[in-house]
Amino acid sequence: MLDDFMMRATLAGIGVAFAAAPLGCFVVWRRMAYFGDATAHAAILGVALSLAFQMSIFAGALVVALLMAFAVTLLSQRGYAMDTLLGVMAHSSLAFGLVAVSFLSGIRIDLMAYLFGDILAVSRSDLLVIWGGAALVVALVAWRWSQLLTGTLNEELAYASGFDPRREQLILTVSLAVTVAVAIKVVGVLLIAAMLIIPAAAARSLARSPESMAVSAAAIGTVATVVGLRAAYILDTPAGPSIVCVAAIIFAGLSLFGLSAQRRT
Amino acid sequence: MNLVTVENLTIRYGANTVLRHVDMAIKPGEIVTIVGPNGSGKTSLLRAIIGAAKPAEGQVIRKPGLRIGYVPQKLHIDPTLPISVARFMRLTHRVSPRDCAAALQTAGVPDLPERQMSQLSGGQFQRVLLAHALINRPDLLLLDEATQGLDQPGSAAFYRQIEDVRRETGCAILMVSHELHVVMSASDRVICLNGHVCCEGSPAVVASAPEYRALFGTGTGGALALYRHDHDHDHDHCEDPKEAAE
Repeated sequence: MLDDFMMRATLAGIGVAFAAAPLGCFVVWRRMAYFGDATAHAAILGVALSLAFQMSIFAGALVVALLMAFAVTLLSQRGYAMDTLLGVMAHSSLAFGLVAVSFLSGIRIDLMAYLFGDILAVSRSDLLVIWGGAALVVALVAWRWSQLLTGTLNEELAYASGFDPRREQLILTVSLAVTVAVAIKVVGVLLIAAMLIIPAAAARSLARSPESMAVSAAAIGTVATVVGLRAAYILDTPAGPSIVCVAAIIFAGLSLFGLSAQRRT
Repeated sequence: MNLVTVENLTIRYGANTVLRHVDMAIKPGEIVTIVGPNGSGKTSLLRAIIGAAKPAEGQVIRKPGLRIGYVPQKLHIDPTLPISVARFMRLTHRVSPRDCAAALQTAGVPDLPERQMSQLSGGQFQRVLLAHALINRPDLLLLDEATQGLDQPGSAAFYRQIEDVRRETGCAILMVSHELHVVMSASDRVICLNGHVCCEGSPAVVASAPEYRALFGTGTGGALALYRHDHDHDHDHCEDPKEAAE
């Protein structure tokens, strides 16, 4: 059967897929695809800082990702266009992160491990962090599901129903930051956004309701993890990118299937 | 008691003051229409009433426990978001399938619950929004230019539906519209807004007020002519030959 590290890797990937699925749906629905990139790139700065101050990587990445998420939310309410804002934040934070890492001459860091993740090196305690974070995110999103959905559709509708859509956006933002922080080890900074968006986008052609889209996205993420890791094992390819490749292939297949089904009806 | 009382309301966005010292109130069961040119603060007033815009001065007092149904100006559903009419109806409140069917019936779209929102026509979409606003049995229904994107027969039918809704449910209705002639014939009271309340009263009073004429004119294109047109069908200015013959 699977070696133990493969088992841990699979479980880690599935944990990330579960947290990413409902969030990914909101990211797609709200057209904030680059939000994932922005928070993820900020996390590199977090990694650099946590190495400098000898904190845990998870804590450092989480703090910076949260700061980034708050900054973006605040500025977007001040009237900056979201895509411009995210573009500025994503790339500049990556640049600052890489520069900050270069100052850490005393410590030798394998930056590639953070950019592309190292799912095969996931330890038992990493697994605990990943599943803890994923459970927190899934619980938060499930609890506020209706409100998040209403706020996504129309802000005034949310106000008229008696809640503040900005608070709901904050919940979404915090969840994204947590997901990015726990997923760094698994797929790495550069591919976190892929795990958010690709399964959700692939699920679109299967789904008839928002809920079924989130569940399908989780299923697709899980399949991509299992198949991707297996393929990486057999073909000796990098694990994180292999998972994303499988997700992309599922997306392409389902999209073609959806198109042809549309043509038939 | 008034459902909503607006006292000395001033709203600013940055340095831009969109509403100045507005006083108004809505009583149970009445239909009030807000008319005004673009940028006159109509939508801001509605946003303040639902609590989405913070007053810079003054206050909005809602009756405790007031239930508001809101039909937004425009609701964009991203094509990536799959949602059926029935699911949309349950968006903000838990409702039984029977209540859902009843609300769709009242709004004039009884046969659509399984349809995806993205497959609806403009008129159907607005009626589903209306049905959603009715599902919580609101005391006050707010409509923000709810007929935007509908053609003239479509919006006339929509406003007839609104009158039916009031008759059936007895809720008060506050609407914003630029379709003056259609709206004014259905209203108990009209508030003419242009950053402040220019004039206020029954449709006939407002239509003849000098402030209103200054904003909307009195010529054949003006609302006064259109308003009269709706009520006097004894001239020959009619597309429908049967109606002209009467």
